[in-house]
Amino acid sequence: MSITLLFLAVIGAIVAWWLSRQRLTAKPWLEVGAIDDFPGTGALSLPAATIGLGVFLAVVGTLFALLISAYFMRMQVADWAQMPAPKLLWFNTGVLILSSVALQYAQVAARRGRMGDVGDGLIAGGLFAFAFLVGQLFAWQQLNAEGYFLATNPANAFFYLLTGVHGLHLLGGLGALALTADKVWRGFELGQVRSSVQLCAVYWHFLLALWLVLFSLLTPWVGDFAIICRQLLT
Amino acid sequence: MGKSEGIPMVDVTIGAGGAVQPAEVKDVELYHPKSWVTKYVFCQDAKVIAIQYSITALSIGLVALVLSWLIRLQLAFPSSFSAIGPGEYLQFITMHGMIMVIYLLTALFLGGFGNYLIPLMVGSRDMVFPYVNMVSYWVYLLAVLVLVASFFTPGGPTGAGWTLYPPQAVLSGTPGREWGIILMLASLILFIIGFTMGGLNYVVTVLQARTRGMTLMRLPLTVWGIFMATVLALLAFPALFVGSVMMLFDRVLGTSFFMPAIFELGQHLKYRGGSPLLFQHLFWFFGHPEVYIVALPAFGIVSDLISTHARKNIFGYRMMVWALVSIGALSFVVWAHHMYVSGMNPYFGFFFAATTLIIAIPTAIKVYNWVLTLWHGDIHLTVPMLFALSFIVTFVNGGLTGLFLGNPVVDVPLSDTMFVVAHFHMVMGMAPIFVIFGAIYHWYPKVTGRMLNETLGQFHFWVSFLGAYAIYFPMHYIGLLGVPRRYFEMGDLAFIPQSATTLNIFITVAALIVGFAQMVFLFNLIWSLFKGKPAGSNPWRATTLEWQTPETPPGHGNWGKELPVVYRWAYEYSVPGAKEDFVPQNQPPAPRAA
Repeated sequence: MSITLLFLAVIGAIVAWWLSRQRLTAKPWLEVGAIDDFPGTGALSLPAATIGLGVFLAVVGTLFALLISAYFMRMQVADWAQMPAPKLLWFNTGVLILSSVALQYAQVAARRGRMGDVGDGLIAGGLFAFAFLVGQLFAWQQLNAEGYFLATNPANAFFYLLTGVHGLHLLGGLGALALTADKVWRGFELGQVRSSVQLCAVYWHFLLALWLVLFSLLTPWVGDFAIICRQLLT
Repeated sequence: MGKSEGIPMVDVTIGAGGAVQPAEVKDVELYHPKSWVTKYVFCQDAKVIAIQYSITALSIGLVALVLSWLIRLQLAFPSSFSAIGPGEYLQFITMHGMIMVIYLLTALFLGGFGNYLIPLMVGSRDMVFPYVNMVSYWVYLLAVLVLVASFFTPGGPTGAGWTLYPPQAVLSGTPGREWGIILMLASLILFIIGFTMGGLNYVVTVLQARTRGMTLMRLPLTVWGIFMATVLALLAFPALFVGSVMMLFDRVLGTSFFMPAIFELGQHLKYRGGSPLLFQHLFWFFGHPEVYIVALPAFGIVSDLISTHARKNIFGYRMMVWALVSIGALSFVVWAHHMYVSGMNPYFGFFFAATTLIIAIPTAIKVYNWVLTLWHGDIHLTVPMLFALSFIVTFVNGGLTGLFLGNPVVDVPLSDTMFVVAHFHMVMGMAPIFVIFGAIYHWYPKVTGRMLNETLGQFHFWVSFLGAYAIYFPMHYIGLLGVPRRYFEMGDLAFIPQSATTLNIFITVAALIVGFAQMVFLFNLIWSLFKGKPAGSNPWRATTLEWQTPETPPGHGNWGKELPVVYRWAYEYSVPGAKEDFVPQNQPPAPRAA
């Protein structure tokens, strides 16, 4: 559970940093008066959706920290047999990076006010993400064909579970992306789509970073490396 | 600071111009219901969602209450009921525990009170994501229905105990192995998804939608409690989610996350190598914060009830806030004290015992502050106040046995006895439910515009309070005698004296009487809706914003044309020199003396 605790410690540090700027040492019983006398203590001025995404990413991060903790704990049992990661995963990783780049492009275009490029970026990002998901399914199929079934070994089970949960999150993201693209298509003002595009890009980068972490864990040599590290530490 | 001190607040009226510019708030795009269905069924108004959550939670809670009667009848009169076999008994205790902890307490505190009180108390028009909020309720309802469905499947609901420990939860010796466990896990997964949608709303609304002047340190402690509990829940429920998904894989797809190599009825199962301890870690990583997910809202609400009904400001407001935050943080590093008997490195045991005892410090600070708030207060023994007081006593009682059980040397012999049952029913059963009752008596007038009947309320309180002690005090004693928990019947065991059997009958009679009092409460809820005394907008003369709404019950959008502006904290009771013995949060200070 140390990975989960580490992750929660990071979240805790962010919360503590924010709280420390909220005048928690104030004596509210003495401070009667309008808010203007107490600057910087009002509600956050960020849009609700931005804060909402931040909180949601913390929850998703915790979810994966727990899965990774479980992965490491289960790995220590003798029956663990790491399976080879299909080569296709390298291709999928590339596609997901392209998807993230496309959304970054859309975000920059939105900031600079080039509406046409926003639409192109969103569509390209969506297609690449969709290609990634299809690629993941092909990877599953390859593994199945080679006899690495879900229930054969816990390493396999974790592979399917982690990639599956990651894929579902990306699928959810595609839903949000579709809503945003729809807004662009129907000719909404730039101001109305800018923050949606930005949030999509943030979510995509988060899922990319998450995938890179998962991919490195699922690749056999990293698994061996983790075992060596743990032996050195204990 | 304190500009208005010493100036009599005599001629101050709400909205007296000049002191402060009008609030510069953008008007929120409000959702407007167009039909009966979108107004009362698929409604996005947090107040309606709150009522939907509350009614659903209380209804399923009623099922769990009936289950507890069946459990008690079996314990008092073993082998008198042909309908209750060992399997049914295990199913009853499992469903009773799971429903009470998750589907009643968590849902009612966060989904019910959270939805109703957060927007009103922070002065916003609604939750920030009303649509997501609505979906949250419907997913919760679906989770409840899936849970209820397990009663009607072949084999019935799961009897694995509310902790659902593998491997037994998945093996055929446990009742409900066919469908019960699958539906249980599916229901939990749905509940967590639904809760996460609601939780995002509660957190972001507190962070972003507070009205002008509502600083964090002016928030009523109710909001602080619900807010911290939601943060805990958002970070702790994923552990249960992961555990549930992985066990579902083990049960349905034959993986071996938790299932070790095992023989069942002479057959070698296909599982191998799985780690039951891994599940216990995941479960209790959720399970211990869960105690505080239920306790923190109760702490917050009780602070407000005591302050309002003792007409005195809360003692040590800052300390109360800091204690809430530190309890929240500490609750993530105590989980393994539920696993002392599972076997662990003694140093780990020492660590978790230490953190468990440390968490008693902020908790004790809160208890001192409640008591000091009462000191020299103008205590009105209204029904909400009675319940709030009973919470303090009960929580201290349950907390003290928690100090015993936090130590491995005491926990190991007591762990599987009725002592533990008595402990957690006191501290996270009775104590929070008393707060829920107190809160319902307190806020019912705002929700419906009518008071609950006082006489019935007093009856409900005294029977529930005295009854709770009649039930759980003897249960500690039975536990110390060594009577094990989860046992269908004792049989003839030399170490169990006749007195334990007599006490068991006494406890059961008390439990049935307490159960009857809850029926009186339900009757009161429905009867007062039509015949209750009209409440007016602020029957308790309270300071917080929800009592200052232009309409009672609050209309759609809560505040009429303009959002309220906050000038002071939530606890200005019996302020010297003020005309009334309370000053609402949105009352501007008197103009400065020239």
